Amino acid sequence: MAEVANVLRLEGVCKSYNIGTPVETEVLHDITLSLDKGEFVALIGPSGSGKSTLLNIIGLLDRPTKGRLFIEGHETSRLADAEITRLRGHAIGFVFQYHYLISAFTALENVMMPLLVANEFPDAESRQRAHDLLADVGLSPWENNLANAMSGGQQQRVAIARALASNPALILADEPTGNLDSKSANAVFEMMQTVNAEQGTTFLIVTHNMDLARRCRRIIEVVDGRVAAPA
Amino acid sequence: MNPWAPFEWITAIRFLKEGRMQTMFIVTAVSIGVAVIVFMSAMLASLQANFLKRVLTSQPHIQLVPPDEEARPQRHASAGQFVAPIIQRPVQRIRSIDQWQKIRASLADWPDITNVTPTMSTSALAVRGDASRSISLTGVDPDVYFRIVRIPDYIVAGQPRLLTDDILIGTELGKDLGVTLGDKINVTGASGAQRILTIAGVFDLGNKGANSRSTFVALRTAQAIANLVGGVTTIDVTVGDPYAAETVAAAVQASTGIEADSWIKTNAQFFTAVSAQQTSNTLIRVFVALSVAFGIASVLVVSVIQRSKDIGILRAMGGSQGQILRVFLLQGGLLGFLGSIVGATLGGVGLVVWHAVLRQADGSEIFPLVLEPSLFAYAVLLASITGIGAAAVPALRAAKLDPVEAIRG
Repeated sequence: MAEVANVLRLEGVCKSYNIGTPVETEVLHDITLSLDKGEFVALIGPSGSGKSTLLNIIGLLDRPTKGRLFIEGHETSRLADAEITRLRGHAIGFVFQYHYLISAFTALENVMMPLLVANEFPDAESRQRAHDLLADVGLSPWENNLANAMSGGQQQRVAIARALASNPALILADEPTGNLDSKSANAVFEMMQTVNAEQGTTFLIVTHNMDLARRCRRIIEVVDGRVAAPA
Repeated sequence: MNPWAPFEWITAIRFLKEGRMQTMFIVTAVSIGVAVIVFMSAMLASLQANFLKRVLTSQPHIQLVPPDEEARPQRHASAGQFVAPIIQRPVQRIRSIDQWQKIRASLADWPDITNVTPTMSTSALAVRGDASRSISLTGVDPDVYFRIVRIPDYIVAGQPRLLTDDILIGTELGKDLGVTLGDKINVTGASGAQRILTIAGVFDLGNKGANSRSTFVALRTAQAIANLVGGVTTIDVTVGDPYAAETVAAAVQASTGIEADSWIKTNAQFFTAVSAQQTSNTLIRVFVALSVAFGIASVLVVSVIQRSKDIGILRAMGGSQGQILRVFLLQGGLLGFLGSIVGATLGGVGLVVWHAVLRQADGSEIFPLVLEPSLFAYAVLLASITGIGAAAVPALRAAKLDPVEAIRG
């Protein structure tokens, strides 16, 4: 396949709920946008505007009702669930507001988890990669701590390292700093910028924090289920 | 993380370890259930084996007996006549099996049959001084007969020796006649034939009636007392598989034309008792297994709810529905396995202790303990399968969780 500049492309994506019932509601209307490789983009919008729904569709956790979604050039609407799961596993990394580390595992093991899910066995290579990623986010001394034995900021940095583990083309961060104090929020944001600059990973960050949004290279605003500012 | 363990094993074990309180409680519940099953099964197996051994070592598996004598009316109605015969059942004389040597020789060649021996049973009167007792006299070929009915195991004094003038008597008969080992008694048959016999051994069959009536002599001695020289009243047979006795008996009867009764037919009550015992045991096992299964299922249902965010994250990372399904099925299997290992050990140890503590009045064991390793293997296997089965519903629920909903909680 020829190199694809667009990591992500949405063409006329719509999303409706309660289809075929009297209360059918369309929450996303004809969304068309694209993200190029290495972009660092903020997705903003008021609560209830459809940001999270859009992020779930982009993250292949949900399917659009209409329109087409391309991840690294793959058109996803015709893919079976198993293929969608596989594509999600290797092409997309998630960072959530509440970290969502798996508490039964250590920081290192949490970072290894995407590789373990994909490869089935915890090989030495996965361990080394997780070790390196934790070093990159400055958490080597805490790598054997259980997830809930770390501060919120540390947990979020582990979550970012985990999102990077399978070397995805796109990282979707849903208010990654929303639950952190300003100092930790700034540190986490800077870390994402560093990863973006050094590794060329594309970031799409949902945020309510306009200061942080302005530090992104591009802002996409969603209002009432539509893209307000063109990409 | 063990580099040789796959994702599902690692995750299932970690989830169980993290919820250690829940895990401990359900493993304890499974252990108790499995311990009850193992204890009861082993105890009943021991009891049944003991009963079976007692029944099978005190009688042949198949007994061939001569046909009953039947009345044959001599007068038949001719044309124009009416006959209303009153037919009385004839008396049953002691008769020999016709051509028993030939039958014995042919049965000895049957692959299913392990022992064949002729016996001569008759009633007689044992007299010593003024005391006399009616006895059941069985003439046997000790070499073969004692392999069928294990009289030597029950000898309490003397030897299971049967020379021409030897007799083995029960303890009660000894007391009644005031005789002991080496004493002589006068035995008179129904025909009037008399023999003076020496007590070579005294046995205790564990039954007062049997101990006061049963006696054993050499085959020729019994034939002489019954006045039936060269005759035998039964042919006793043992077979390789005692439970196939009924089938073999039918085949023997078809082949020889002589009535063949299996021990299964003559001990129908024993089988009814065994069957009732097995039914109640099975019912108890089923209900205990059900309660174990529901216990595991309820813990895993709660676990799926508690771990819905973890499941959502794993799905977001590319975890397939199959992987999530297997994580929870494995947890069920592991709970069943761990519980059954502890439970089987507890059940086994409990039975050994119980068996050691509970004794008969004379200090001997109530029954010999039978602890088959296969019982433990089956208990562990069945509990693990039950655990996996019980986990099916929660595991399916976990696998089908919508990742978006799961993450949102």
